[in-house]
Amino acid sequence: MPQVAISANGLSKWFGEGEARTPALRDISLEAYFGEMLYIVGPSGSGKTTLLSVLSGILRPDSGSVSVEGSDIWKLGSDQLADFRLHKIGFVFQDYHLFPRLTTAENVAIPLILKREDWNESIGEAKKYLEIVGLKGRAELPPVKLSGGEQQRVAIARAIVGQPDILIMDEPTASLDGDTGQAVVGFVKQHVLNEKRCILIVTHDNRIYEFATRILKMEDGRLTGIEKGGSA
Amino acid sequence: MKGILKLAYKLLVNDKAKFTALLVGISFAVFLMIQMTAMFAGVLKRASATVFNLGASVWIMDPAVQTVANTIGMPDYVLDATRSIKGVKYAVPVYSGGALVKLADGTYQAVTVVGLDDTSLVGRPQLIEGKIEDIYGENGFIVIKDPEFPKLGNPHLGTEFELNEHRGVIVGIANVASSGLFGVPTLYTTYERALQYIPNPRFTISYVLVEPKSPADIPHIKREVQALGYLALTNNEFVDRISAFYKFQTGIGMNILIMTVMSFVVGLSISGQTFYTFVLENLEKFGALKAMGTKSRELILMILFQASFTALTGYGLGIGLCALLITLAKLRLPDYASVITFGNLALAFVMVVVIAAISSYFGVRKVLRIEPFDIFRG
Repeated sequence: MPQVAISANGLSKWFGEGEARTPALRDISLEAYFGEMLYIVGPSGSGKTTLLSVLSGILRPDSGSVSVEGSDIWKLGSDQLADFRLHKIGFVFQDYHLFPRLTTAENVAIPLILKREDWNESIGEAKKYLEIVGLKGRAELPPVKLSGGEQQRVAIARAIVGQPDILIMDEPTASLDGDTGQAVVGFVKQHVLNEKRCILIVTHDNRIYEFATRILKMEDGRLTGIEKGGSA
Repeated sequence: MKGILKLAYKLLVNDKAKFTALLVGISFAVFLMIQMTAMFAGVLKRASATVFNLGASVWIMDPAVQTVANTIGMPDYVLDATRSIKGVKYAVPVYSGGALVKLADGTYQAVTVVGLDDTSLVGRPQLIEGKIEDIYGENGFIVIKDPEFPKLGNPHLGTEFELNEHRGVIVGIANVASSGLFGVPTLYTTYERALQYIPNPRFTISYVLVEPKSPADIPHIKREVQALGYLALTNNEFVDRISAFYKFQTGIGMNILIMTVMSFVVGLSISGQTFYTFVLENLEKFGALKAMGTKSRELILMILFQASFTALTGYGLGIGLCALLITLAKLRLPDYASVITFGNLALAFVMVVVIAAISSYFGVRKVLRIEPFDIFRG
């Protein structure tokens, strides 16, 4: 029986005020397990990104709770929540959000630097992870000199360099062509996913469904179904 | 924490265009602020040159005197009365006035003549040529070797000139701590000779220079002098009085203040706007850092560090530029009256800190308002 990584109960979230108030999440409950690659899919505006933000400690829900490894993250103070994100979660943003003025290695080292680890040791560790994601020799280049696929790999290296338990990937293939997208997600499945890690991916790219363990379908802020993925 | 500051440093300096614009803005503002105030400090220092050069502890003068150059003669009894005040170690008269000397080539040159007490020569300058006792010789004058010295035709010992149809002879060449404001050479002679050579009204003592027995006697001396209807000021009080006159009654102070404030506004506008743009351009990145687990206070620290680093670097460059320009100017123009004082530096530093604080304030506000969720939403 796989161990529960994230457990969400009765999550609701509304945006706007008065008549403009609209629901983004409606009474969502789910569990995500270590060792699985859980996809959250659905059309634009269905609440995928909102759900991902609530699960990762970025956006506070209006009601409901989120437990990560048994502790309710929305009962934490803001500093504790920041520490939780720093130590437990790795983020791969849709637009990567790499720092163009830093080298690739410095970009990857950011989570370690934020954890107050020594600068040189952090850079050394970042270079190891760049090697893992197949970017050996690119450490000193600025990210803008890399291709889209390579930048995505840098973002993945940055997300996993701190060895988080949970990896959050928001539309990881949105800026990549089909083959590159498949290659990147395949790489994540093969090299990043392990029994002690849970990966949540928001996407509406059905070309990468084959790598999912499970697929949660969303529409209008509701979970409308759960399917087993191609690798389940 | 060191790593986070290094990260902030790299984000700042690696954006070369913005960093250069920030440094140029702040350096230029600091340069202008220090240059303006240094010029004013130079003017004030020169305006008080006689006070510094004569070096008396207490000066007695007519209460209407505002600057050392505009003297109002006092009757002899003031000197006698001062000498009888308890606590006065000694009191001597000094004459200070303007005159025209006719040089050997027939041209006229305005000079300041300082007449020292014949008995004691209190306030005498430091001779570099000649002997002080020669000042008692017939027609003896000591000339000050300052930037105005060439205006007397670079005189040497024995050089003769005319002063109100009296013959004068240079018997000594001397140094003083500070040259005067008005760009005229200075001649020292005895008090009696000064009165003899220069036509004067009935009252002839420009100042009475007083040395108290101890600093504790000064308040008493001041009270006694006030009872006579005159004013006694310590050395520093007199300098402050002269400074106040130039600051508040000549318009110079207001003009310098306006220019300094304008420099501050220019610096604030350029650096504030550039820094705010820098923060705006990096706003998403700050949001991403926040999402990754950076605490708000760490982001504030990063921005404050960036603003402070830029401000202090610009401050250093501005000071260096100003010092270089003043040095170069003094090589070409010995009369150039600019002095960088600790006061100038402190004022510019405070203004730079204010620029850094205001610049970073708006950036910090913006960064604190960004929600990591906005990064997810794009």
